[in-house]
Amino acid sequence: MSSYFSFFGENAGLLLQITLGHILLSVVAVLVAVVLALPLGAWIGHLHRFSFAVVTVTNVFRSLPTLALVAIAIAFVGFGFTNILIALVVLAFPLVLTNTFTAVEGVDPGTVEAARGMGMTGPQILFRVELPSSVPLIMTGVRTSWVYVVATAYLAVFAGRTDTLGDIINDQAGYGYAGVMAAATVSVVLAFAGDYLLGLIERAVTPTGLRLLATQARGVPAPVPA
Amino acid sequence: MTATPEPRTPDRPPADIVFDHVVKRYPGQETPAIDDLSLTVRAGETCCLVGPSGGGKTTAMKLVNRLIDFDSGDITIGGRSIRSVDVTSLRRDIGYVIQQVGLFPHMTIAANIAVIPNLLGWSGDRIRARTDELLDLVRLDRAFAKRYPAQLSGGQQQRVGLARALAVDPPVMLMDEPFGALDPITRTEIQDEFLNLESEIDKTVIFVTHDIDEAIKMGDRIAVLRQGGVLAQYGTADGLLAHPADDYVADFVGADRGLKRLSLRTMREIVAPDGLPDDGSGPSVDADASLRIGLSTLFAAGTDSVRVTDGDRVLGRVSLAQLQGAVSGSTV
Repeated sequence: MSSYFSFFGENAGLLLQITLGHILLSVVAVLVAVVLALPLGAWIGHLHRFSFAVVTVTNVFRSLPTLALVAIAIAFVGFGFTNILIALVVLAFPLVLTNTFTAVEGVDPGTVEAARGMGMTGPQILFRVELPSSVPLIMTGVRTSWVYVVATAYLAVFAGRTDTLGDIINDQAGYGYAGVMAAATVSVVLAFAGDYLLGLIERAVTPTGLRLLATQARGVPAPVPA
Repeated sequence: MTATPEPRTPDRPPADIVFDHVVKRYPGQETPAIDDLSLTVRAGETCCLVGPSGGGKTTAMKLVNRLIDFDSGDITIGGRSIRSVDVTSLRRDIGYVIQQVGLFPHMTIAANIAVIPNLLGWSGDRIRARTDELLDLVRLDRAFAKRYPAQLSGGQQQRVGLARALAVDPPVMLMDEPFGALDPITRTEIQDEFLNLESEIDKTVIFVTHDIDEAIKMGDRIAVLRQGGVLAQYGTADGLLAHPADDYVADFVGADRGLKRLSLRTMREIVAPDGLPDDGSGPSVDADASLRIGLSTLFAAGTDSVRVTDGDRVLGRVSLAQLQGAVSGSTV
C-alpha cells in the first residue's frame, strides 16, 4: 500500500504529463462528439421525423467495442491521435445525440404549437424555444459522455498514442500494481471532477425558469419573490 | 440618432373572417375533416365553434392561421385570401390562445409577452410600455412581469397567454378551448373578464369549445358542426335555442334549451312599466339579473310574481306567465 502512495510522489512529473495528455484527448473527443451530435439531434428532434435514424445509429455505435474500433481504424488512418479520437467520438456521439434528440423532441407540444401559431419560424422555434428548454437533458448527455470517454481513453496505447494514463495502466510489468492503481485512481478522479465542472456549467446555462419548473415537478411549490 | 416618436400600438380595426366552400381532407381518410364549410364571422364578433370530438371544430380554426392547410375553397380575412399573405406575417397578425397555454418556461412573463414584439424589432421602451398595458388589461399585477410561468397558477398562466396573444394588437384572435383546463370557479371568472375585455379591445374572435354553455355565454354567434365537418347551424345563441335547425342541433344545445334561453335576457328587458302594479310584497330581484335568476327567485319564494329593482327603485313586477312568454314566444 505504501508503494501506492509513494508512486504519486516518485512519478509526479510523469503522472502530471500523462494526465494532461489524457485530459486533452478526452476534451477533444467530447467536443467533437458534441459538435457533431448536437446539431443533428436538435434538427431531428425539431422535425419529429427520422427518429429511427437516432435509434439505429445509437444502437450500432454503442454495440461497437472501442478496442475493436481502434483496430479497424488502424487500417484507415493508421496509428496515432486521430485513431483513438475516432474511437472515442464513436463512444460519446450516441450519448449526446440521444439526449439532445430526446430533449428537443420532448419539448411540450403545447409550447411548440403556441410558438408556431404566433408566427415563429422553424429556426426561431428551435433556437428560442426548443433548445433553451433542452439544456438540462443535453448537459446530462455531455456529462455521461465525459465519464465514458475518460474511462476509456487509456486504450490510446493500442492506437499507438502515448501520453495518456493508459501508458501506465497498460504497463503493469513496468509500473507494477501500485502504478496501475495510481493511474486508475487519477482517471476516476478526472471522471468525477469533469462531471462536477460540467454540472457547474449546467447550472450556469440552465435558464432560471426551467430550474423553477424542475423544483415544482418535485412537488415543491416554486418560490415566489416577496 | 434622432429621437423619433415611438408609434403607439395602432388601433387596428377588426376584420371579418370568411370561409368560402372550404374543404379539408386528411390523406387516407374517406370522409373529409371539413366539408364545404361556408361561414362569415363579422368584424368584431365572437364566433363559437362547437361540435362533438371529430366534428372538425379545431381543424376549422387551425385552417385560419394555416397550422393546417385546406384543399379547396378559400378563407379570407378582411377581404384578403390567407394564401396571398406570407404565412409568418399572417400568423403574427392573428392572436393564438390554446388550452395548454404553451408559455415558454425559460422566459419571464414579460419576455413571453414580448416574443413577437421582439421579433418585429420593437424598441425596449415600447415593449415595456406595452407589457404593462397588457398586464393591466388581463388584471395581473405588474410585478408578475419578472416571474416565471412555473410560479403562476393555471388561471394566471392563461391570463398571460391572453396578454401574449394580444401583444401586437392583432385584428383577429383564434382561441382553442382556452379555458378548458381551468377549475370551474377560475373558469367563470376568466370568462367574465374576457367578455369585459372584449368590449375594450374589439377583435374578431373564433372560439372553439365543446361546451355549449360556454358557447352561449361567450359567442355573438354559434356555429354548430356535426361529424364530418359539416355546418349544422350558424346563428345567435337565442336563434339556436329558439329554432334549432334539426334534431341534431336541438339535441346538441340540450333538452333544457328553454331554460338556457332564460340566461340570455335580463329582467330589465321584460319588466314593463305599465305591467303588474307593485304591492310592495314578495321577493325581489335585481334588474340586471338574468331571467333564470328571476325564475329561480320566484320558485324559491313560491309566489306568482317577483319585484324587479334597480337599486332602491322598483321597476315593476314580473309574473311567471311573462317569464314563460319571454322564452316560448318567438321574439328573437
